[in-house]
Amino acid sequence: MDGAPAPAAQAVPSERDAIIRVRGLVNRFGTQTVHDGLDLDVMRGEVLGIVGGSGTGKSVLLRTITGLNRPAAGSIEVFGQDVLRVSAEERTEIEKRWGVLFQDGALFSSLTVAQNIMAPMREHLKLPQRLMDALAAMKVTLVGLPSFAGAKFPSELSGGMRKRAGLARALSLEPEIVFLDEPTAGLDPIGAAAFDDLIRQLQQSLGLTVFMVTHDLDSLHAICDRIAVLAEKKVLVTGTMADMMDVDHPWVREYFHGPRARAAQGG
Amino acid sequence: MSGAQTDLTLEDTRDGAVLRFAGRLVVAGLAPLERAAAAVKARPGPIAIDLSRVEALDTAGAWLLITLRDRLTAEGAQVTIEGTGPAEASLIETVEKALAKIEPAPPAPSGFLNWVAGVGEGVAGAWASFLDLLAFLGVTLARTAGLLVRPWRMRAAPLVHHMQEVGFNAFPIVFLMSFLIGIVLGFQGASQLQQFGAEVFVVTLIAVSLLRELGILLTAIIVAGRSGSAFAASIGSMKIREEIDAMRTLGLDPIEVLVVPRTLALLIMLPVLGFIANMAGLLGGGLMAWIELGVSPGMFVTRLYDTTGVWQLAIGMIKAPFFAIIIAVVGCWQGMLVGGSAESVGQRTTAAVVMAIFAVIIIDAVFSIFFSEMGL
Repeated sequence: MDGAPAPAAQAVPSERDAIIRVRGLVNRFGTQTVHDGLDLDVMRGEVLGIVGGSGTGKSVLLRTITGLNRPAAGSIEVFGQDVLRVSAEERTEIEKRWGVLFQDGALFSSLTVAQNIMAPMREHLKLPQRLMDALAAMKVTLVGLPSFAGAKFPSELSGGMRKRAGLARALSLEPEIVFLDEPTAGLDPIGAAAFDDLIRQLQQSLGLTVFMVTHDLDSLHAICDRIAVLAEKKVLVTGTMADMMDVDHPWVREYFHGPRARAAQGG
Repeated sequence: MSGAQTDLTLEDTRDGAVLRFAGRLVVAGLAPLERAAAAVKARPGPIAIDLSRVEALDTAGAWLLITLRDRLTAEGAQVTIEGTGPAEASLIETVEKALAKIEPAPPAPSGFLNWVAGVGEGVAGAWASFLDLLAFLGVTLARTAGLLVRPWRMRAAPLVHHMQEVGFNAFPIVFLMSFLIGIVLGFQGASQLQQFGAEVFVVTLIAVSLLRELGILLTAIIVAGRSGSAFAASIGSMKIREEIDAMRTLGLDPIEVLVVPRTLALLIMLPVLGFIANMAGLLGGGLMAWIELGVSPGMFVTRLYDTTGVWQLAIGMIKAPFFAIIIAVVGCWQGMLVGGSAESVGQRTTAAVVMAIFAVIIIDAVFSIFFSEMGL
């Protein structure tokens, strides 16, 4: 970790360097090309929303950056290191500095919520059990779960609570980047708004960089600093919500000027 | 881990004590730091926790600061946290709010009474699950009988599919197993019977033990391991993915759609497998008798006709349908009991195999006693 960029809490948004840099990414499944020469920068300390129609490879992009899917070509730099070419040890060090929230939480079903949160600590840090218990209890309430949820198994929680528990596990190693895959999908509007608030609040106080795949126009309005639109196998355009309004591309116009977009803006 | 060199120093100044943290106050180096913090004793007068030399702070570090401050305050000191930037202050505030929401967990019950209660629950649970199994068996038989009345509701494609899965695909393993058992019986029987010149009785030994007991029993055990587990795992996975619930809402009866075809398939195929096992065993035993004792195939068949009645075969085959029903019902029942976690699928699959084999052996013993009392 020596020589790494400034640590989480001191990442001042004004000092904007790219924490993730994707260049010329190509992803193919069989004969189908999902990404073809995709470029993307994620700045330190920002909330970046990834949008795009179904099948444009939003989740594939997330999985590729986090190393779950190996691209056919291209380079991916995270924290200034090329994650496709580092050694296994260096890779583990990088993985400790990011957290991933999968769509349904992807909690380990045989462990309680508190044990789920402790699982990465147990693997990567040498902490006494008493300390891990205390930190896990703190993480449970930090993500807005009631205190008793720590002793519950994932199957005993609602979908919204599972997402919060998944976020708590993603935050377990105090990551600098958090990847969120459709964090508000399947939540009721109130729960979704509360989850947006939570992400925003944690992002600001923990100084996180958030990479968020979403379909939720309200989330885009509420918490995203920048939006990247995936279309035609690359990142078509990036910019703020206001920038999106002026883009002259049929899909982008349809997406940001459709009836649901107007409703989200009105609210 | 590198980058975790953090110091905690205590200085006494004129205005009171200063606890100075320096370096990275993060989760990676928390354990030694927490020990150092625990050693700090409260003293009269103000204590300032100074963070101006802290390079990095995360929620774990903030947790340490807050718990340290609260402990010293409780011990009677006046503690302030100083030297924080806006980002750190906001982080500490967030963690403070989270900590305020933690409620003490109720103590986990322990001790002798709890152990007794656990044993009681286990016994009651075992009885309840036995009743549950009987209920499941009853429902399955009722649905099967319903199909006999209304045969057009029978699902032919799944039935044939499962007949292939549990029956046809099991032919090689059952054949090989039984053939080898026949060879073992022939060899062992020969070496014992040779000692008093009763070699020719090896035919009776092989035929009776295989046809009455071993052929069908070993087949049932193999099928329980092979198909009982498959039933439990496949139905259990469907249960986890809410496919069973989906069936119910679509007006499909999971018993009729899933359990009955599997049970019928096993009911048809287990006797066939058992018969194949019998024949393969006789083949192996006959081969061994020929090689070891010189009992020619013709001699073997003649002795078989003379000494072994058709009842010996019937007694074995009568048991097959009972084995089939119990294996299929236990497997499907355990699959239906899967809930919640992925681990539960594994536990239920294990339980299905163990219970099915246990039940098969119990039923076999009951039949053995019954037939010998009947003088068969």
